[in-house]
Amino acid sequence: MSRVESSVGIHGWGAYVPRARLPMSEIAREWGWSEHQWKALGMIEKAVAAFDEDSTTMGVEAALNAIKRAGVRGEEIGAVFFGSESKPYAVKPSATIIAEALGITPITMASDLEFACRAASEGMRASIGLIASGMLKYTLVVGSDTAQASPGDVLEFTASSGAAAFVLGRAEGAAAVFEGSFTYVTDTPDFWRREGAPYPSHGEGFTGEPAYFKHITEAVKGLLGELGLRPSDFSYAVFHQPNGKFPVRVGEMLGFRQEQMKVGLVTPQIGNTYNGSALIGLSRVLDHAKAGERILVAPFGSGAGSDAYSIVVTEAIEERRGRAPSVDHYIKNKRNISYSEYVKMRRILVK
Amino acid sequence: MVRTPPVVWRSRVHRYRLVGSKCKSCGEVYYPKIFSCPCGGEAEEVELPKVGRLISYSVVYAVDEESRDRSPVIVGLIDLGVTRLVGEIVDVTPEEVKSGMHVEAVFRRIGEAGERGVIVYGLKFRPVM
Repeated sequence: MSRVESSVGIHGWGAYVPRARLPMSEIAREWGWSEHQWKALGMIEKAVAAFDEDSTTMGVEAALNAIKRAGVRGEEIGAVFFGSESKPYAVKPSATIIAEALGITPITMASDLEFACRAASEGMRASIGLIASGMLKYTLVVGSDTAQASPGDVLEFTASSGAAAFVLGRAEGAAAVFEGSFTYVTDTPDFWRREGAPYPSHGEGFTGEPAYFKHITEAVKGLLGELGLRPSDFSYAVFHQPNGKFPVRVGEMLGFRQEQMKVGLVTPQIGNTYNGSALIGLSRVLDHAKAGERILVAPFGSGAGSDAYSIVVTEAIEERRGRAPSVDHYIKNKRNISYSEYVKMRRILVK
Repeated sequence: MVRTPPVVWRSRVHRYRLVGSKCKSCGEVYYPKIFSCPCGGEAEEVELPKVGRLISYSVVYAVDEESRDRSPVIVGLIDLGVTRLVGEIVDVTPEEVKSGMHVEAVFRRIGEAGERGVIVYGLKFRPVM
């Protein structure tokens, strides 16, 4: 019997990366970090949202790209799931703002999801169920963050801004089709932000082994076991990317080769975009992948949990690609900024 | 700019999707929306093109208090083909901005009613990607 996932696919994908880039050397100079500290994270520079951008505005642009690629009308979309940990409002959904801006309102489900960096991925799993059941025709899943980091904290090297969005629908006519999905969650205090706190806190070394590595490896092993697949069956593997090193290490732990991970690894150039992280990586893979190729994607969120998906690309991908700017287009369209400009743009200037 | 919830709510679709007016009699297009055309004709709502050309611009350094943290602000006159409008130009430095540039609409924060009030979203323009 085929799995329910196989009746659902990705019709459109889209990403957004803001134009400003803060080089690691700027952060290191400001706080007295040595060069080896940021080089050990596998980082080059990070994307910084402009003064008038937030997770909602970036989500709109990524979603617009996904809708252009899917070629669907706003009113055909029956649910908008917005995953973020940097919501402009503590109470008031961003999903409705995005839905209104894109002409999806008023006959639609719309909600903001929270699960650190994997909130949007939960929206993807929920969408699979809603579409497979026949309840909805299309859903829009948006992952977007203007990641916060306390100035001077090591997190400041990686916390960046960006968004990814996907239009999911029935497998027929989709650019890529799901083969299976698997989720693994536990109560793990690796990274959190208390209500009202401006910056997150993290459990230092605790963010690695018991959180990131444990949950991703369990989710991926669970998926491969259920599907009877091996790492060598995949052309691409994309993992959550809190820095440039963790995703490569978790991939190697699972038996994936560097070449499988290269295309989907975007954090060294743009930073950790939290809910956008693995999903911008997936967008870049879809910008490059050919029909018949199989993709493994495993987002991770602190607190903690990971989802693993197996996705197979179809022939429909070729005609969709040119309908919106690629991830590389956004990565190349950049302007380097200084630390003081970063402080101004991210509204952390104290008066 | 008035930022009470009713005002922000009433104009949201016009700001988010660049909805203006077209006169049913003479065909003239307006943004922002009007209720009746100076020619006397009745106006209907139309969604305007999202790409245009920057006719001219000003780099404003003497900005209002709210915009002080993001100064300078670039304000441009944009030709959308069907009509012209004044909008903010973003993602471009004062050194990079040029008259004649092709620009496209982009969804951004326009302002906010203080730290606790509503956030106003709408369209600005940036060089075409």
